[in-house]
Amino acid sequence: MNPRRIYAVILRQVFLYRRSFTRVLDVFYWPTVDLLLWGFITIYLARGGASLPPYASFFLGGLILWNILLRAQQGVSVSFLEDIWARNLINLFVSPLKISEYLVALVCISLIKVAFAFGVMSFLASLCFGFQVFKLGFWLLLFVLNLCAMGWAIGLVTMSAILWFGQEAEILAWALAFLFLPVSGVFYPVEVLPEGLRQVATIVPASYVFEGMREVLLAKSLNLSLLQKAFLLNLFYLSGSLVLFLTVYRKALEKGTIPKIGE
Amino acid sequence: MDTILEVKNLSKKFGAFWALKDVSFTLYEGEILGILGPNGAGKTTLINCLLGLVLPTEGRINYFGLPFPKYRSKVLEKVNFASNYVGLPLSLTLEENLLVYAHLYRLKNPKEKISELLKLFGLWEKRKLRTRTLSSGQMMRLCLAKALLNEPRILLLDEPTAGLDPEIARDTRSLLQSLSHEKNTSIIITSHNLSEIERISDRVLVLQKGQVKALGTKEELLKSFEAKSLEDLYFRLNL
Repeated sequence: MNPRRIYAVILRQVFLYRRSFTRVLDVFYWPTVDLLLWGFITIYLARGGASLPPYASFFLGGLILWNILLRAQQGVSVSFLEDIWARNLINLFVSPLKISEYLVALVCISLIKVAFAFGVMSFLASLCFGFQVFKLGFWLLLFVLNLCAMGWAIGLVTMSAILWFGQEAEILAWALAFLFLPVSGVFYPVEVLPEGLRQVATIVPASYVFEGMREVLLAKSLNLSLLQKAFLLNLFYLSGSLVLFLTVYRKALEKGTIPKIGE
Repeated sequence: MDTILEVKNLSKKFGAFWALKDVSFTLYEGEILGILGPNGAGKTTLINCLLGLVLPTEGRINYFGLPFPKYRSKVLEKVNFASNYVGLPLSLTLEENLLVYAHLYRLKNPKEKISELLKLFGLWEKRKLRTRTLSSGQMMRLCLAKALLNEPRILLLDEPTAGLDPEIARDTRSLLQSLSHEKNTSIIITSHNLSEIERISDRVLVLQKGQVKALGTKEELLKSFEAKSLEDLYFRLNL
């Protein structure tokens, strides 16, 4: 694994964003809109008699953490799409760049995007609604790691679909993560879900993270088994999605589809 | 001359269709090998196999004595590619595009090499402009500049002069010949331009329906097929 080649892929994205106001805006726009929307909803609910602190904490904390998962996933799959749209994939894949280096570079790009979105959201949440996401303490780091891992797993599945089905599958880069939103218990406890969906939630790592977040905010402590389950599930999904991507990549080389992607 | 690339019994099957069948040839150091063939002859599939973009069904490819794609990354550090059909990202400036690839090929002095190539291809004045402002001819020159960044021992070119002004096409051909003669770079070039292949190639490989129809120097081919020119040979072979 060569760091210089990884740096080259990241540099290409940095150049792309430096020259594109709309792309930069996209990193900040939705997190800001979402945060303001949910922030004002919590204020409205508080006026209606509900106690503000738990609502504000649950909604804003949930929203900030959900955006971490979303940005991690899009950081991987949309960056891959950027190379397809620019018809740059062939030039990259005929260079000495290894597929492992490319994937590591995409993960680094996603971390940069996560950091920006997280920074903006936590700053606005603190400034406008007095919510301090850092009061989650050390647990925040573990929550972020788990959500990033789940985001990368979804991102790899999206990339596999694009390699297999072609550019028609690019909609998944925006849509697939949202499939997990209802069963992740981002804004409500999993126990409110109907039985079937509750069973589904048990195999979604993010559901344990959001349960954990609420527990920390309410009780200032965390049942470690929640994080344990999230870690194990993420390990399974991340390995599975990596194997899937590498298999599809190999099949794409056999079928000769890589030079045709983006045509 | 030293063998730098050896292709042995290379075949590629897509479904029931053989895009390449039993293709064998060698490329020598400093040699320019022209590949001729009608549309669908297998030229692009051959180039894609040589670049590792497509895995062969059968046969083997050895670059510098190393099996490919087993030593893919090591081999591709000494190989490069340019095609009239594969551009560089349009949103980046010319300098930025070349800088990204300079890092991918781990150049020691990227800025110096980039300046040298931009000047060589007459793009220095445009270095700060976005790539989307280039004409198709200028884009091809930028792709050639990218292809020469790592001073490759083997250069694979797919229709490199298509769409270029005659004067620039002539300059490009001169450049390729000087690369071959002075820097000992081996070049594989596909083109529909028969006179171009005739002018610059040391040897010519003729593909038809994925198979090698003829391979040799221009003189050898003309003699064995009793043809007056490559164009004449092209029609005699019913390509």
